[in-house]
Amino acid sequence: MKRGLAVLLGGIIFGAGLAHSGMTKPEVVLSFLTFEDMGLMLVMGGAIAVTLPTFRFLRKPLLAPAPEPFVAWLNPRTIVGSVLFGVGWGISGVCPGAAFASAGTGNTPILVALGGMFLGGLVQGVVMKPEAPLDS
Amino acid sequence: MDEWITRLFPHGISTYLVGGLLVGLGTSLIFVFTGIRAGASGVLTSAFSYVTSRSSFGLLKGERAWRTLLTLGLIAGAALYTLAIGEPFRTEIPLLNLAAGGFLVGMGTRAARGCTSGHGICGLSSLSGPSLVHVCTFMGIAMLTAYVVGRLT
Repeated sequence: MKRGLAVLLGGIIFGAGLAHSGMTKPEVVLSFLTFEDMGLMLVMGGAIAVTLPTFRFLRKPLLAPAPEPFVAWLNPRTIVGSVLFGVGWGISGVCPGAAFASAGTGNTPILVALGGMFLGGLVQGVVMKPEAPLDS
Repeated sequence: MDEWITRLFPHGISTYLVGGLLVGLGTSLIFVFTGIRAGASGVLTSAFSYVTSRSSFGLLKGERAWRTLLTLGLIAGAALYTLAIGEPFRTEIPLLNLAAGGFLVGMGTRAARGCTSGHGICGLSSLSGPSLVHVCTFMGIAMLTAYVVGRLT
């Protein structure tokens, strides 16, 4: 319960930050991808400047026994995934976190992108082999 | 120096920096309380565990509660911001681009097990080599795609 509240509050700050940064506007993201405005680097850099030391130095979360380990896989399947993500991002200027926040700014057309995202997740889960192997 | 900054950031730097710091603050707050490194795309898997028992969606079943709350928080945070100080926004990106792009983003981030927040913010903040490769891959491909799409339209 308390943990859920912390996630919700963190998500609210996260979403407000995305709205303030303009990353909720696909046009602004596309202007980064076409090198017209490198602002996205500052958003990511600013976020990492706060998050990296938190991840690095916090030993004991307040409501959990230990931090969850970070796990990411590098194999042909995950790389194909990032390539597909890149093509989709380049076509639309939309990525998941920013798309959810964008819906909060009243951007109704973004619901089409969100619908596409859930459909893509569904198709990926049904058509492709269940999961990336855990060992590579 | 100033001219150089203006060229890279024609709309200034402070809005981006402040927004980024807030994003980092939200991510850090979640981590400080729960130990979770929260990425946004996992909900594209976990949400389906509410409606199907298929194993490929059950993978994140244990995380579906917080992933749903994170998603609601992202929407609510941007909505509260917009009501308080921001302005409502409506994109001019064609619906076909949003639909096709969204579909590929959904497939891709699920297969890659992470997106701009999962591999980008959380992965890089965890100094993860695999995440760095993913970020360089999807960002590079996105730049190439945006260039090609810009040429074609």
